[in-house]
Amino acid sequence: MRVGVFICHCGSNIAGTVDVARVAAEARKIPGVAFATNYMYTCSEPGQDEIKAAIKRENLDRIVVAACSPRMHENTFRKTIQKAGLNKYFLEMANIREHIAWIGNDKELNTEKAIDAVSMAIAKVMQNKPLHATSFKINKRVLVIGGGVAGMQAALDCADGGLDVVLVEKSPAVGGIMARLDKTFPTIDCSICILGPKMVDVGQHEKIKLFAYSEIEEIKGYIGNYQIKIRKKATYVDWEKCTGCGLCMEKCPSKNSYDYFNFGVAPTKAINIPFPQAIPKKAKIDPNYCRQFLKGKCGVCAKICPTGAINYEMKDEIVTEEVGAIVVATGYGLLDQNILTEYGGTRYPDVISGIQYERLLNASGPTSGHIERPSDHTEPKTIVFVSCAGSRDKSIGVPYCSGFCCMYIAKQAILTKDHIPDSQSYVFYMDIRSPGKGYDEFTRRAQEEYGAQYIRGRVSKIYPKGKKMIVRGADTLLGTQVEIEADLVVLATAAIAAEGAAEMAEKLHISYDTFGFYVESHPKLRPVETNTSGVFLAGACQGPKDIPSSVGQGSAAAAKVLSLFSRDMLESDPAIAQVNTNACVGCLKCLKTCPFQAIVEDTLRSGKKVAKVIETVCAGCGVCTSTCPCGAIQLQHFTDNQLLSEVSAICQM
Amino acid sequence: MDALNLTEKTDWTFIEQFKKESGDNPSLCYQCGNCTAGCPYTHYFDYPVSMIMRLLQTGQKETILNSKAIWLCATCETCTTRCPCEIDVAHVMDVLRHIARRENKVAEKGVKSFYDSFLKSVKLFSRMYEVGMIMIYMLRYGYMLSAAKLGMDIGPKFLTRGKLSFFPHELMGNAEVARIFKKYRKMEKERAKK
Repeated sequence: MRVGVFICHCGSNIAGTVDVARVAAEARKIPGVAFATNYMYTCSEPGQDEIKAAIKRENLDRIVVAACSPRMHENTFRKTIQKAGLNKYFLEMANIREHIAWIGNDKELNTEKAIDAVSMAIAKVMQNKPLHATSFKINKRVLVIGGGVAGMQAALDCADGGLDVVLVEKSPAVGGIMARLDKTFPTIDCSICILGPKMVDVGQHEKIKLFAYSEIEEIKGYIGNYQIKIRKKATYVDWEKCTGCGLCMEKCPSKNSYDYFNFGVAPTKAINIPFPQAIPKKAKIDPNYCRQFLKGKCGVCAKICPTGAINYEMKDEIVTEEVGAIVVATGYGLLDQNILTEYGGTRYPDVISGIQYERLLNASGPTSGHIERPSDHTEPKTIVFVSCAGSRDKSIGVPYCSGFCCMYIAKQAILTKDHIPDSQSYVFYMDIRSPGKGYDEFTRRAQEEYGAQYIRGRVSKIYPKGKKMIVRGADTLLGTQVEIEADLVVLATAAIAAEGAAEMAEKLHISYDTFGFYVESHPKLRPVETNTSGVFLAGACQGPKDIPSSVGQGSAAAAKVLSLFSRDMLESDPAIAQVNTNACVGCLKCLKTCPFQAIVEDTLRSGKKVAKVIETVCAGCGVCTSTCPCGAIQLQHFTDNQLLSEVSAICQM
Repeated sequence: MDALNLTEKTDWTFIEQFKKESGDNPSLCYQCGNCTAGCPYTHYFDYPVSMIMRLLQTGQKETILNSKAIWLCATCETCTTRCPCEIDVAHVMDVLRHIARRENKVAEKGVKSFYDSFLKSVKLFSRMYEVGMIMIYMLRYGYMLSAAKLGMDIGPKFLTRGKLSFFPHELMGNAEVARIFKKYRKMEKERAKK
């Protein structure tokens, strides 16, 4: 065996605190090492050429590169030695940058530690076996979870690229938050007018199979081959028959249902179509408010429906779809206003959230676009907007900036002046965050042209006085306390993770941060990938985002899926678990502990029961290896012998 | 007005001294003004409390220690409750008061004397004795008029509701209270030595 060792300087990153020449000299003394050297940038093209040349010249058959984390460059060097004719698993990396050079300043100690790390890698590489990847077919269908603007964009781009798309939306219609907005910043174009065509496309595209009012029940499988169970929630209306005529909604006697689409600004009927432009435009019964469900008699909708679509006996239905990749676009939620007790929570009807105000502004909203106070339906003249209602507030666990509130408040202030010319808007803000194309000019316009009074300071409390709401805050630029007698107060409530985001992440095996937002694979360079290959992110489920960013990410996720599906076969990682059937006693503990359901029971011809690993499902996590009481199941490339050789190398030092 | 030369006039030692003594971190403040917005006494302050926080961040020792605001703060803790950055603002004001007292900078002598009278009465009678405290405030510190006015204003109401008694209350544990005072004095002396 002839091992070649390459110690990288990484400029001064490693060489600054590690004596790389000494590490190479020490490596040369280890039995089995035929060649050792140090090099300025091993990952550079000349650095790689040096490795290839040394393999030929010195007749090397195992390579150790002591450099950065294998997460950075393991693939680079695997390809390098593959090009020189070696099996790519004959490479070991010693991480002497992140694990050594970056964390200590003592050059002497660092050098000792680096020598240890390198000798461990040498011991391991000598135990390495050649491994060969197998390839498997990709199912070129894609699942998009969430039908907001990001999910729709991803679905449309994938479908236009020729892929079959399964789009699952939790609520009865696609469109998400954007479908509820009145106008969009900074152009003041009508939200539903620009979103509507996309929604229609989604509904009509022959490549898109839309499951509205459905949720993901279970996800099984791996990149290229997922089995998805989708729960189609009971709507109590046969959507095959429903024409969306709206007669049922007109006649329904139960008028006090909570209107989820309008965020409870006004009640709706127990059977309803959420909004006029809904896709699919189908009715649905809310059994929490329907008299047929509550009292067992009514049946008005069943009598009136011209197509006989009403079915009170309908049950949830589970359907299975098979896909090869998943785009997660589950969006975000809004902070519960009740947490903001100093603003009265939801006690005062005239203190509402930004999204509720949006519905009041909207022509298709409950007030047909007339701004009125929820308490007495009069037109407000003094409107106060409170930014950061919960955002940037460590004390309630939302230390981050929600990102888009500054902009939508400016928009709402402008629209308010448009709707009620003799009104006066006040905006309490801490900082105006408007870093987008045309954004800052827009917030200036709200002040310069539309006369919104911007007050730099937070609001401490809101309380009623007669018909008015008193807003007490600070103007830190004046250095004084201020009070405004408002007719209506609009809170820019913080953007938070969507309801059930954590549970969804568990189903998908992806990570989420403290706040429930999904974590991308790299914050700069892999913004739509997750750490689970085959699962991509789009939109605000990854963090608060405005419409342009969500759309951009939707398209980016689609591009990732299309490039993944540009191949017919995928290579599986051979570093997976393997069962030695001679040693296996068939206890099947591994089957129970495997987090990926990759192990099944198998019977040999002799009748002996053993565990069997499904190669394509195994993720190579190694849980089974540490569970097995008789060492029969071994993770390839990380076998007990390989790991123990590393241990004995470090113990002999 | 001359520009404030922050290179020369930032008292970094004062900032460090404050941090060490209080355990509070003024850098956490992002100047939202919520403390000022909720403060019931801000109208009497020379600097609103958010500005005291800013002065503290910029190490303006003299301005802070000579301010009336730190003495007029009633420690109602509305600021502490509302602060989104979880700063105990009332405690910040309290510590600043302590530092000012040690450096003999008292912008509101009446307030300081009132505190002293309160402590004196507790030291003498081991618990709050209102009439005694007023007497000390009047006789020892000479606030005859304001104390008399206070007595006239609230005295009758308090008396009829049994909130004032002419004689000090009997109390168990006088020795323990005395020990608290002694221990505090000792701590103060040790701090002075350092």
